[in-house]
Amino acid sequence: MPSSEDQKAERDDRFRANKLCQIEIAEASLRDLKKELEDFDSAVSASGPDETADHTDAFPLVPDAEAKTDSQSSEWPLSSTEYQRYGRQMIMPEIGLRGQLQLKKAKVLIVGVGGLGCPAAAYLAGAGVGTLGLMDGDTVEVSNLHRQVAHATGRVGMSKVDSAYEYLYALNPEVNYIRHSFHLSPEHAISVFEQYDIVLDCTDHPTSRYLISDTSVLTSKPLVSASALKTEGQLIVLNDPPKPPGDLFGGPCYRCIFPKPPPAESVLSCGEGGILGPVVGVMGVLQALEAIKVLTRRSEAQGRMTDAEPATAQPVKASLLIFSAFSSPQFRTIKMRSRRADCAACSAKRVVTADSLSSGSLDYIAFCGRTTPVDVLDAQSRLSAKDFAQLPRDDQRVLVDVRDEVQYSICALPGSINVPWTGNADSWLSKAQDKGVMEDDQKEKYIVCRFGNDSQLAAKAMQQQHKDFPGITKDIRNGFQAWRKDVDPSWPDY
Amino acid sequence: MADPIPLTVEFTGGLEMLFSDQRKHKISIPGQDEDGSASNVAYLIHWLCDNLMKDPRKEMFVLDDSVRPGVLVLINDSDWELEGEANYELQPNDNVVFVSTLHGG
Repeated sequence: MPSSEDQKAERDDRFRANKLCQIEIAEASLRDLKKELEDFDSAVSASGPDETADHTDAFPLVPDAEAKTDSQSSEWPLSSTEYQRYGRQMIMPEIGLRGQLQLKKAKVLIVGVGGLGCPAAAYLAGAGVGTLGLMDGDTVEVSNLHRQVAHATGRVGMSKVDSAYEYLYALNPEVNYIRHSFHLSPEHAISVFEQYDIVLDCTDHPTSRYLISDTSVLTSKPLVSASALKTEGQLIVLNDPPKPPGDLFGGPCYRCIFPKPPPAESVLSCGEGGILGPVVGVMGVLQALEAIKVLTRRSEAQGRMTDAEPATAQPVKASLLIFSAFSSPQFRTIKMRSRRADCAACSAKRVVTADSLSSGSLDYIAFCGRTTPVDVLDAQSRLSAKDFAQLPRDDQRVLVDVRDEVQYSICALPGSINVPWTGNADSWLSKAQDKGVMEDDQKEKYIVCRFGNDSQLAAKAMQQQHKDFPGITKDIRNGFQAWRKDVDPSWPDY
Repeated sequence: MADPIPLTVEFTGGLEMLFSDQRKHKISIPGQDEDGSASNVAYLIHWLCDNLMKDPRKEMFVLDDSVRPGVLVLINDSDWELEGEANYELQPNDNVVFVSTLHGG
């Protein structure tokens, strides 16, 4: 448990980092403004006042040779390198010069620089958004690299934000990158979001998803939210258009779609459930695409976004894209609801306010629930991996490995019997029966799994089955994680 | 007695794990529930628990008599909230998809 002093120091650090970032953004806009004025002045003085007045009606002057050598003094709205860099997307009617200038003006915040955030950031930087904010408090791990394409083997241990910055700067140095090397917290969320035009939720947990959605509503930012697990992904654009809370013509928020969080034990992370790199990559790339679509939208097409609503206007419904890599069809688009009239965040009856958010009175962790490590066995029913390694291997004891078949086939101890935990005592016991584990009541039974949670549940089930011999079923504490740490360092660290 | 209703039900986002690891199921349910009312989605959810779900972890699918929070129900590619939710009366050959929301990234 961190002390309150630690927490205060952490809060102060975050506050400082946050203010520094706001200063950086403000200075960048100041630089832009000064440069625009400079460009304007030099264009005026180069051509003389009378000539510039003619330009509006006549053909635009081809910049002379002197101007061409120096993009600063060019009359063109983009520099010569920008035309080259973005030409392939600018020649499409969907983007054009108009869209490119909209992108250049745009400030995009990416929360989470992992499997979704890396590809999303790469494509947005490539497309030439003016300002790209990166937020993440984690450091790069080797197990990230199969999918988090902005990181690199040589940058393991570095903060994800700094690592992605190196990659992105090499890709496109024209972008103004803002680094937020910390996790999003309710206290500072609003002041960070206010600096941007649109937000991408590239995080990996319901707590952050609710916090990001609430903050997007409070700061009137459209939100592009995506998620992925195993072979599937989901994508939804929320709070678009970002009307004030209570206005049913705004797009629905995350709470409109998911008013109640899922039970904590039903939430699987990529580390637990697995993730195929290209699957999360596809979803991150789609987020960049949706962000570009929102940022370059023509005002004519934004009829619903103008203040005067046409009499026939319908509340905006969201649309959920579901990607399932191993199904047919792989993509599916689902019509979703409009804003919920009793939504806790975006309706007239809202309880989420700027004050409740910044004061920390909304406890997102409690709202989403937490899973506590399993602890269902008494001390004598638990054995350390080290002690288990000392036991003779003979026919007096059985080792039951309750990991699933796929993990068991990656690595297993010789002589162990695989009975995957089914999530339920009765059904698991009947599987154990089928595998012959229960045949001899007198044998000592040791149960092992990856981290030491399921093994306790299985050991408990077996103890209750054999009430007469409670002492002879034991769990191996912390499972193969402890086995690798304390007994066999060569054990695969998958 | 109403005719049985043929349906396609699909499970995705991890829910397929609870239904014998099979995503798509062609099923046929009674045209009426025990009370003689036309079969709706609420009845379908009960029917699936009793007849199709072999996994004992019912709480991963239903909670308080409806699907658990975090599960979306889609009727013919629309969120069931647009179709009357649990009261939607099933039609022959409807496609009902149960999606567990994902959070990884």
